[in-house]
Amino acid sequence: MHELLQTTVNGLTTGCLYALIALGYSMVYGILKLLNFAHGDLYMVGAYIGYFVIQWFGGPNAVSIPVPLLLAIMVLLAAVGVGVLGMAIERFAYRPLRDAPRIAPLITALGVSFVLENTVLLLFGGFTRSYSTPTFISFNSGITLDGVRIDSVELMIFGLSFAMMYGLHQLVQRTTLGKSMRAVASDREAAEMLGINVDRTIALTFFIGSAMAGVAGVMSGLAFNQISNTIGFLAGLKAFTAAVVGGIGSIAGSMIGGLLIGLCESFSASYVSSEYTDLIVFGILIATMLLRPTGILGQKALQKV
Amino acid sequence: MSLLELDQVSLTFGGLKALWELDLHVDEREIVSVIGPNGAGKSTVFNVITGVYRPTAGDIRFAGDSIVGLRPHRITSRGIARTFQSLRLFLNMSVKENVKSATYGHTKASPPESILRLPRARREEREVDALAEQLLAFFGDRLQGYRWDQPAYSLSYANRRRLEIARALATRPQLLLLDEPAAGMNPRETHEVTELIVRLRDELGVAILVIEHDMHVVAGCSERVVALDHGVKIAEGSYEEVANHHAVVEAYLGRDPEALAES
Repeated sequence: MHELLQTTVNGLTTGCLYALIALGYSMVYGILKLLNFAHGDLYMVGAYIGYFVIQWFGGPNAVSIPVPLLLAIMVLLAAVGVGVLGMAIERFAYRPLRDAPRIAPLITALGVSFVLENTVLLLFGGFTRSYSTPTFISFNSGITLDGVRIDSVELMIFGLSFAMMYGLHQLVQRTTLGKSMRAVASDREAAEMLGINVDRTIALTFFIGSAMAGVAGVMSGLAFNQISNTIGFLAGLKAFTAAVVGGIGSIAGSMIGGLLIGLCESFSASYVSSEYTDLIVFGILIATMLLRPTGILGQKALQKV
Repeated sequence: MSLLELDQVSLTFGGLKALWELDLHVDEREIVSVIGPNGAGKSTVFNVITGVYRPTAGDIRFAGDSIVGLRPHRITSRGIARTFQSLRLFLNMSVKENVKSATYGHTKASPPESILRLPRARREEREVDALAEQLLAFFGDRLQGYRWDQPAYSLSYANRRRLEIARALATRPQLLLLDEPAAGMNPRETHEVTELIVRLRDELGVAILVIEHDMHVVAGCSERVVALDHGVKIAEGSYEEVANHHAVVEAYLGRDPEALAES
């Protein structure tokens, strides 16, 4: 029982991170019908931004400012930095191809992914770096419920992820920007004819989606303590799986899909074998594609008359 | 001064002349029809006016100012709205949401204001709601009541056309471009559309440029008719003048064989 609960907590933690990345995948797919394969690398860039913020303020052993303030700066800088990077990618790599056949931006996305991975490799080297989180956030901080440990990094991941997902939901449902996003996703040309600034709407979609991936990067750095220029690849694939399982294009679906994939991972690691984790996760991807291609919450695409 | 003026507008794709030296004007509160065989360039006229295509030559002025080179959403906010020949509703949104979507170009509340429901956001939401209801009410009981919250895909074909007009009106245009508003409608619905077009002008004061193949609609609502063929204006005038113009008859039916033999 204890192990079951602990596994669930661990699964939900990684699940939250996958959900945050999956949301960006899903939003971009929804609005441009583009699978942005560079999205996982944005998460990686976020993790590096967090790492350098720690170094900037004295390094993990001698943090020169209060730790909560440090965390806030890491999250904010990663969100803004990666958000702006995402907007720049859209502006220079995808916008010129907006009316091209869909395969063109897809291949461009793969290219952008290589550019990001190798730029980071050139600038910062290929070795794995560590946040060394335990030196400034004690493992023993946090709460224990019934023998199940939830450390403070995990608490932060839960809190921040749910706050961001709730905020995104409100944004899409209530604000003019969110409604414009839905209109552009539904029919770009019609939206433009109704006075909606399509370029701006798409740019802001990239900003929001990328910022969430950036924040996920920082939090994964804190939780897993290992970052390198290639972490985006697998995280991106898993988040893609989460988006597909939940129903790509659907915001609630990405959240559910992310949590589900996180749980699958931790349960297969605990009860089967950690070597089979990826096999099981991608098996789920294939099963979803075969049995329910629209995902859990996806809608059937309506044919235009 | 006319509300809309096309001055020697040409649009070429490589060697193809989609439009050639077209002069066209629409005055305030005027209803003008554009007719012509398929491929004559009618929808292309709409596309250059709304900024989808930039004319290769010539000038387009709206309310006195050139709108050439403006992006489509800018042109919409200047006061030109359109419907599409192939319907382009947001099918997954409700009827009312479709109409409200046309107001997002001019609402002012920022995202935080909307999320926190601050006074300005609430006031705007009420105004937008009222506008949508008022516009839907324009279509009598066709788009009333319970239908407001139905998704647009549940509507009949004719009602989808009506909804597109309501949505275009929600941008608060001075000029409305209707692309085949009666396409796919039965005779009774076609008659209703004709009356509707006149009512839109009389009650809302908009000028209307309409592309239509149905000659009952053209005859029933237009003050002036412009005929196009191969991107060139071949006739202009009242319905009777244009309908009996030899170039128009020729464009639709081909040249009279006897006349051809004589020449």
